[in-house]
Amino acid sequence: MRPSNSQWKAQLSTRVPEPMASEIDVFENEIALRMQGKIEDRIFAETRLRRGAYGQRYDNGQRSDGTTTRTINYPSVPTKGPGTLWDAPGMQRIKIPYGGLDAPQLEVLADLAEEYSDGIAHITTRQDVQLHFIHIEDTPALMRRLAATGITTREACGNSVRNVTACPIAGVCRTQTFDVTPYAKAITYFLLGHPDCQSFGRKVKVAFSGCKDEACGLVRLHDFGAIATIQGGKRGFELWVGGGLGPVPQQARLYDAFVSEEEILPIAQAMCRVFARLGEKKNRNTARLKFLVTKLGIDEFKRLVVEERKILPFDSRWTDYLKDVATYNEEALKPSELLQIGAAQPEGFGEWHKNNVYRQRQPGYATVTIALPLGDITATQLRALADASRKYIKETVRSTVEQNLVLRWVSEADLPALYADLKAAGLANPIAGTIADVSSCPGTDTCKLGIASSRGLAGELRTRLAASNAAQDEVIGGLRIKASGCFNSCGQHHVADLGFYGVSRNKNGYTVPHFQVLMGGEWANNAGTYGLAIGAVPSKRIPETVERITTRFRAERLDSENFQAWVKRIGKAECKKMIDEFTAVPTHDEDPSFYSDWGDPREFSIGDIGVGECAGEVVYPIDFELVACEREAFEAQLQLEAGKVEQAGKTAYGSMLHGAQALLKFRSGVAPDDPNKIIDDFRTSFFDTEIFFDPFVKGKFAQDFFNAHEEAGKPRTAEKTHQLIEQTQLFIEACYSCHSRMTATPAKVTA
Amino acid sequence: MPLKNDCDPREGDRIMDHINVKVFVDPASPVNPADSVAAFHRWIKEGNVCPEILIDVAEYLHVPAGPGVLLIACEANYSLDNRENRLGLLYNRKTTLEGTFQEKLAQAHKSALAACDRLEQEPEFGGKLKFDRKTLEVFINDRLLAPNTEATWQKLKPELQTYFPGAKLEHVGEPRDLFRVSVT
Repeated sequence: MRPSNSQWKAQLSTRVPEPMASEIDVFENEIALRMQGKIEDRIFAETRLRRGAYGQRYDNGQRSDGTTTRTINYPSVPTKGPGTLWDAPGMQRIKIPYGGLDAPQLEVLADLAEEYSDGIAHITTRQDVQLHFIHIEDTPALMRRLAATGITTREACGNSVRNVTACPIAGVCRTQTFDVTPYAKAITYFLLGHPDCQSFGRKVKVAFSGCKDEACGLVRLHDFGAIATIQGGKRGFELWVGGGLGPVPQQARLYDAFVSEEEILPIAQAMCRVFARLGEKKNRNTARLKFLVTKLGIDEFKRLVVEERKILPFDSRWTDYLKDVATYNEEALKPSELLQIGAAQPEGFGEWHKNNVYRQRQPGYATVTIALPLGDITATQLRALADASRKYIKETVRSTVEQNLVLRWVSEADLPALYADLKAAGLANPIAGTIADVSSCPGTDTCKLGIASSRGLAGELRTRLAASNAAQDEVIGGLRIKASGCFNSCGQHHVADLGFYGVSRNKNGYTVPHFQVLMGGEWANNAGTYGLAIGAVPSKRIPETVERITTRFRAERLDSENFQAWVKRIGKAECKKMIDEFTAVPTHDEDPSFYSDWGDPREFSIGDIGVGECAGEVVYPIDFELVACEREAFEAQLQLEAGKVEQAGKTAYGSMLHGAQALLKFRSGVAPDDPNKIIDDFRTSFFDTEIFFDPFVKGKFAQDFFNAHEEAGKPRTAEKTHQLIEQTQLFIEACYSCHSRMTATPAKVTA
Repeated sequence: MPLKNDCDPREGDRIMDHINVKVFVDPASPVNPADSVAAFHRWIKEGNVCPEILIDVAEYLHVPAGPGVLLIACEANYSLDNRENRLGLLYNRKTTLEGTFQEKLAQAHKSALAACDRLEQEPEFGGKLKFDRKTLEVFINDRLLAPNTEATWQKLKPELQTYFPGAKLEHVGEPRDLFRVSVT
């Protein structure tokens, strides 16, 4: 406990506004009560999550060094959640509504990163900031220091309304319908701590977009997404609900083509009430709003929301803010002045200007993107950015879902000077929004759920693509690459041209890090299309895979054909053929590097269970069976692509049966052929025993299998079939993981 | 953010918590800081290299002039730090210690030097890594108790002079930085 922690409260007593001050006091007391054992750890876990204080890898006191699992002997006994040790450092998520930041906020983030974290602030794919390796006792002081600059961490995690995101160029965008910023701000503070938002089964993510066709706020992957629209001269929103990524990605459904600006807050409130009342509470795997919308159907869901809206008690906050909306505007610091064409510019300025500078709708002004490597920025850089935001603009900075920062309202004439200042701070990387600007979730670096090193992969790709000058390539320069450490999709891999998510495979008696490859997701149109996985490639061969795919696209595309159109034209079978040549894994003796992940010299293992070389050299028949399952799941994709919806559904379901059968054979030597018997035996041997359970989603993948069995033979829509194929792929991944666990030599545990 | 600096010399022992000591790499030493990743992982595996409870390795070589490669421990972090593009071994004490500030400063300094000794011998560096043990910086990682001001400097200067007799001490950095003294 830092001596200064207790003093920050007095120091900032006049600067921390209510109710933030009281809320932090309450949290501080809850920490003390948990220390005394007066709050259950599972209750305390949700309490701290709702304050943004999240767990981090190794907080269960176990760490694999590749071959052995060691106990980390944290000094004190209490837990801060089930299996989460008190003294283990964790992650602090900091909500940044619509990404808006000013100079004092950048400076306080710098100070906190240095004093409590590891000197780095990390921008997330939802415009938040995360600090890692934070000790729980430091969090009240950290929160007070943030609150003194107007930032709250309340409901940054947990089953709550998470950070409200919005297009980072809202208000300065040339194609926007109108500026969504004041609406995003209003809904943030309206729903923050709202009594109707305190009993969700899972989180709710909200986003605002000013344009329909751009990527903007990625509305279609959100639980509640609003796109600015005007009808009959009145402002309103095209409202989409029930979108989400994760293990069961689902695109949002259109709730209403026009919800007036007066109604957007009450409709959000009514929706929260319906979700709190009817959403799943016990099974977190089916507790997101998307499952409720699917279960009820959009029409019934809408009917319930409309009914709920009718009985909401009037709240003046629904419309109070609207009187200021018309006059809401950010201001420039400097007068509008065009860039001097032909004047001598600093070295590298042209390249940077091409990728990192956006000409605003306001003549003579530009928005500048700071392309951050893996979303990371140092404390020193944050201060340099704060200085620049005071020198060139009126502190109008925003974070982006591509893990970057933007400076808005730069007078174009100042661009060379700003470029020089940013370059001096190491913040002028000229790759913003290009193929080299790879984004990634934290993955195995710090996330408890990570399977493979998404940051390691993203860093490697970024380095290689920058070295090959791919960002400046006319054809491939604009492609987007996104990586996630697991199927939970925090890296938003579904909506990238090339997406990757971490999986593992047993090869030659070892566990080998792999990434599933997704092609053809759509970033534009508010995340208009989700890509499907076409196969798993060893981590260390992903860069070659990217090189092969992009080279071929460059060579084969027709006229101005985009990547999605090209993928569609050549077909999934051809895409798979491309990646198949990279799936081979050399033996450990031939190339041991394949058996470690990017940036981590330890022999790869999943979780903290030491599988390693102890698994022996045996290749089980199940290895072949599961490869066959993958092939069948892929065939289902091809059938769906060819419009054979019914057949695709049958093939996907058959692939699941095959996987279950393979596990049964592995366990008992024999397995039935009758689907009903397979289900019964699988349920008894793998579900009831929880052997098949994933550490995070528990029995979800098995439940998907049971549901598919129940639905077998019934007609499915193309969308439902698409979802079944997704579930099939994850079921097969779960079969692989289950097999890994069953064949793992029990880890040696040393203190 | 202007801070009250109401600490007095009697509080020196408290102020000296969260001491950081950075020992700079000899500028003539041609090393790749990425080599420390494997070494730090091995320190965790071996378990008895440092007295602290070692947890993880964090690598930030992709950010320029950043924290480099960190060995995260419960009580302190060790890192091959590259802030201001000056590579050095940084010992960042995170938990409080009992004792006088001379004792606390000695603990941080000795821990940093021990890590330097060990790192120089790691095979990844092939004998090329050399620290200049006479060029270092001392930080206090607490802006409230030790803001980077002249007042803090005047309070702590006698203590630093006692610990580093004969060394040239210089109060450096801007007001927003951690309290920081260059020792040569």
